[in-house]
Amino acid sequence: MSINVDWERKDYSRIPYWLYHDKDVYENEQKHIFYGSTWSYLCLEAEIPNPGDYKTTWVGDTPVIVNRDSEYNIRAMVNRCAHRGAAVCREARGNTKVHTCIYHRWSYNLSGELVGIPFQRGINGKGGMDKDFDKTKHGLKKLRVGCVNGVVFGTFRQNIDETIEDYLGPMMSAHIKRLMYKPISVLGYQRQRIYGNWKFYLENLRDTYHASLLHEFLVTFGLDRATQKGGVEMDKRHRHNLTYAHAESDKDSDAKEAYGGVGLKSDTLTLSDPRLLEFKREYSDDRNLAISTMFPNASFQQLNNSLATRQIQTKGIDAFDLVWTYFGYEDDSDEMTNHRLRQLNLFGPGGLVSMEDAEAIEIAHRSSKGADTKSTAVLEVGGKGEISDRSYRVNDVAVRGFWSYYSELMGLEPEGAVR
Amino acid sequence: MISIQDRLAINDLFNDYGFFLDEERLEDWLELFIPECNYSIMPRENLELGLRVTLMLCENKDMLKDRIVSLQEANEFNIHRDKHLISNVKIQSSDNDKSFVTANYAIYQSDFEGNGSLFSFGHYDTQVTMVNGQFKFSKVMAVVDNWSIPHMLSTPI
Ligand SMILES: [Fe+2]
Repeated sequence: MSINVDWERKDYSRIPYWLYHDKDVYENEQKHIFYGSTWSYLCLEAEIPNPGDYKTTWVGDTPVIVNRDSEYNIRAMVNRCAHRGAAVCREARGNTKVHTCIYHRWSYNLSGELVGIPFQRGINGKGGMDKDFDKTKHGLKKLRVGCVNGVVFGTFRQNIDETIEDYLGPMMSAHIKRLMYKPISVLGYQRQRIYGNWKFYLENLRDTYHASLLHEFLVTFGLDRATQKGGVEMDKRHRHNLTYAHAESDKDSDAKEAYGGVGLKSDTLTLSDPRLLEFKREYSDDRNLAISTMFPNASFQQLNNSLATRQIQTKGIDAFDLVWTYFGYEDDSDEMTNHRLRQLNLFGPGGLVSMEDAEAIEIAHRSSKGADTKSTAVLEVGGKGEISDRSYRVNDVAVRGFWSYYSELMGLEPEGAVR
Repeated sequence: MISIQDRLAINDLFNDYGFFLDEERLEDWLELFIPECNYSIMPRENLELGLRVTLMLCENKDMLKDRIVSLQEANEFNIHRDKHLISNVKIQSSDNDKSFVTANYAIYQSDFEGNGSLFSFGHYDTQVTMVNGQFKFSKVMAVVDNWSIPHMLSTPI
């Protein structure tokens, strides 16, 4: 299944559309990305606080159980019975001492080791398995787990070179530590299924060019404008990115000029209930927006006081699920909790500043599907060539960063590729 | 005991609710609520876990109005038509001028090429109040059974 990409440019400023729609590409992504030398977001520690607590999730197409053992260690394993491949754990979450597959009742402890096989010795000396069957060789496939400030990550590569901290790099680690600077409590979940290739979403999260153009609410109600002080940062290898903006760092007049009147309705429209947009400063900096994206399956967001993680679960070439986990801090007052719950109107499948992404991805997916192999996307805002940080937000450089690392993992880099 | 007339009026309220949304008459829909209303769309999962995250939360009529203005002026969404089917309207309890009413709903959604599918289903958990001889909603919580939203969520449920 070797894939051959005829790159028009070495800096990923041209992306062939067929890469979003090809079966071999998708299969290779599962193998080289989700099963490759990467770490994936699994869940938050706060979701499984007690011994025996578990949660089921997905890494790419692979079902995964994350649980806490009796020593409070977090462990993760593939949710696939070693006997006949059935899901061992069928619930979204719960608490248990053993995971027992309902099919033939094979059971596994919280480390994923096979501990019970019914009728292994047969009945009254008849039947059963041969004596040489070695239970220790038939546990659930384990993931290596790494935690950073209460965020749980996992990798299928037991011998991966990088620890999770190395993999995240200083930029992503700092962002996660900022968001998770004190104990959190989970406020709830949202979920949506978007009918588009998962890479469109990974790009969308890195595309700061679209933010204030597609999401008109941001500009219309003055929540976030490209004219605010802000920028884009990446890690050294351009796997992850962070987009940020500082509160109240631009003037109305600057914004009007820059947008050339496009959709700037802030003169005529105001909210009847402005509490939706109130920003209560809670970090040592004055950023009211900080959204990071982690390769390959997560995003960590702050917009004003709305805090959440997003997880991307691939569902074939043409769809992915987006899972939003909202949180606040354990010591939030009731008023602050209510404020966060109010502000989550901004995000999610029906979010006032996020609902458009699903539509943008679906129309891009639909219309790029029939493109010939020479047709490409164009990524040149913020300049072509070198891939590096920008101190302004109108750019899609981080999208090229995504493709650069993606191509390295997939073994698709052109000769002399920009990294 | 609630009178037959009141029962019919409450049923009409639910019929108007679905009708105005389907006809995209969002301002008329808004008038079915009292000023101190609470409107939310709640994933069934969160409700069962005792978690408070919603898919949409308007804590009064002003916020509901803001949501509508935003949809009309500042949001882009999939081109669609909704068709509400509301049934099993059940008056759970009633005292003085307040009634607690539940109803099941299903929303079919069609696109601009004439294709369609079941978009959302669940139930409404509501509180209905008599204001100047008319029934209005003081609370609507749409509890969504298929809470993993297909595509996206724009028009209120
Ligand atoms: Fe977006």
